[in-house]
Amino acid sequence: MGLDVSHLQLCYRTLRGDVKAVDDVTFNIDDGEIMGLAGESGCGKSTLGNGLVRMDVRMRQLGGHVELDGKELPISDTKAMRDYRFKEVSIVPQYAMSALNPTRKVGKMVSELLKSRGFDYKSALPELERRVKLVGLDEDILRRYPIELSGGMKQRVVMIISTLLNPSLLIADEITSALDVSTQRAVGEMLLEFRDRKFVKSTMVITHDVSILAQVADTILIMYAGKLAEKASADVVINNPLHPYTQLLISSLPEVGVRHDEHTLVGIPGRPPPLLNPPVGCRFKDRCPFAFDRCNEEPPFVEVKPGHSVACWLRVDGASPAGGS
Amino acid sequence: MLKLDNVTKVFKTGTFGGESLPAVRGASFEILPGEVTSLIGESGSGKSTLGKMILRLTPVTSGTITYEGKDISRLKGKGLREYYRHVQGVFQDPFSSYNPVFRADRVFATIKRSYFPSVSSDEWHERVETSLKSVGLNPVDVLDKFTHQLSGGQLQRILIARALLLDIKILVADEIISMIDASTRVDVLNLLSNLKARGLGVLFITHDLSLGNYISERTIILRRGVVVEMGATQKVFDNPQHEYTQMLLTAVPQLHRKWEAGLDHEKDVMGVTAEDEGRPGRYSKSSLHPLANMHARKARRGEERLELAEGLLRTDTYLRTHEEVPPLVEVEEDHFVVQSAKVH
Repeated sequence: MGLDVSHLQLCYRTLRGDVKAVDDVTFNIDDGEIMGLAGESGCGKSTLGNGLVRMDVRMRQLGGHVELDGKELPISDTKAMRDYRFKEVSIVPQYAMSALNPTRKVGKMVSELLKSRGFDYKSALPELERRVKLVGLDEDILRRYPIELSGGMKQRVVMIISTLLNPSLLIADEITSALDVSTQRAVGEMLLEFRDRKFVKSTMVITHDVSILAQVADTILIMYAGKLAEKASADVVINNPLHPYTQLLISSLPEVGVRHDEHTLVGIPGRPPPLLNPPVGCRFKDRCPFAFDRCNEEPPFVEVKPGHSVACWLRVDGASPAGGS
Repeated sequence: MLKLDNVTKVFKTGTFGGESLPAVRGASFEILPGEVTSLIGESGSGKSTLGKMILRLTPVTSGTITYEGKDISRLKGKGLREYYRHVQGVFQDPFSSYNPVFRADRVFATIKRSYFPSVSSDEWHERVETSLKSVGLNPVDVLDKFTHQLSGGQLQRILIARALLLDIKILVADEIISMIDASTRVDVLNLLSNLKARGLGVLFITHDLSLGNYISERTIILRRGVVVEMGATQKVFDNPQHEYTQMLLTAVPQLHRKWEAGLDHEKDVMGVTAEDEGRPGRYSKSSLHPLANMHARKARRGEERLELAEGLLRTDTYLRTHEEVPPLVEVEEDHFVVQSAKVH
């Protein structure tokens, strides 16, 4: 059960060729699991999230398939997806602040949305009001225009609307990036609460901020240049990452409560490769301090420990020059 | 070097400017050479307004900003140009700081035109290259490129290089790294530390406490336009006095400490043991009712927040109802907190 994605390939059609933004991605999210998806901008994380809900006209599915609760999800068929969107899969978009209709009061907008999906606003209203109160907002906001709400309030309102029909999969795309720290915490805890109350079964949290994932996610998936780099439980990814990219990324994050006087943090030199003509072999090899001959071949994404998968030759037995470290 | 004395900014809002919105109230502090001062606050706290006033992009309502003894609001013409020779700013969105129609290195040409018209172009080219190298860029990579061909980190560093071409003493860095990828963020931060080693004063405006902790010597916490706490960074972060600072510190997402800091204690209460690893994540499926987790979380959060919330409310009410800003008191050496706060 839950979400099963296998060998999914998504690309953008451009005049210069296909840009493979998501390349051979396989993972699953269990019921009740919050999976964090992290990576730099341009690594394909948002493409993956959007692809599971609605394909852009420029996007094509080149291969693979997606199953939700044992049923095939027809992600490449925009029309067929209408039966699933909002009811089975739901997204909180990156700029939730602009997802609300500025000319409608919040309640009116929800009622129009429900009507278009064949639901009745009146019968959904008690539940809606209950959830509004649950996240610490006043039910009065249903009678207000979006302009009257602050960024954090709008973010929470959009989240309530997206999860109103108890979808099986919720995709939260950068929902905390534009918020203040105290609101970030409120929204992050809301994700946990919605999971615990079973408003959503599985959640995918897309962000570039690993420290938010440390707070809310059960498992973390790291993407690099359209490929999967590492997947493991949140604690393992943060404390014992195995992929060099994850290690460098995590060690470059400044933290509160740590004195940085003695050691300066270092970033990762270089930039991610262009996805139009990606390099052969490991895509991180040009920036990787441990790169060796074998990296010219593409590393498989394999489980090296129970529940911990990595795509790096260093972690494959007998493949590394020094036997791995 | 740059000194703010009781600086206040009031914006007129509403129809015909009938209502007023105090954005900054009675801010007094100093930016010293060779130090990074971070100005931390949430949205609407007036931190960017302060930066803009220092850069003279918006006038002060009352109070004075003095640079080397001169009141900057009186500067005009040549004097103002000299001021900008010493004080420069870099802003949040690198893409909107450039004109996308022109090549990115045009920002250097504009500096030459206004400040160094007599320098020969060969010498100028050399200076540009030195400046680019000093911010860790390879001139070949960035010169003659358009903005869309460069990354956010590169563009931000070009802007810093541009400021360095002038004889700058103070750099106002307003959220300069919030739009840069995590893997290159630290490089820009380290660049700012290098600048301070060269004797520059940096005002680092941010909402991210971990960045402030990493780079700055002094920290100023703003709440609704009022400086509620300021002092040496280590003192403010290790021993936060004001409720607002404490609240910010508990809310900041950290890698190695969960929001519910007492998680182990909570696990005991829930009857979940450390060995119980049925599934990846914090709680196993076999733990009690799923809602029990949530209630435990809420209870903890409640206790911890109640205290902070009360104190915060006290300060907020005081600030709303009183015209004048409560004075800062020194709680220990180089650590000040606004007086209405609870003093330990």
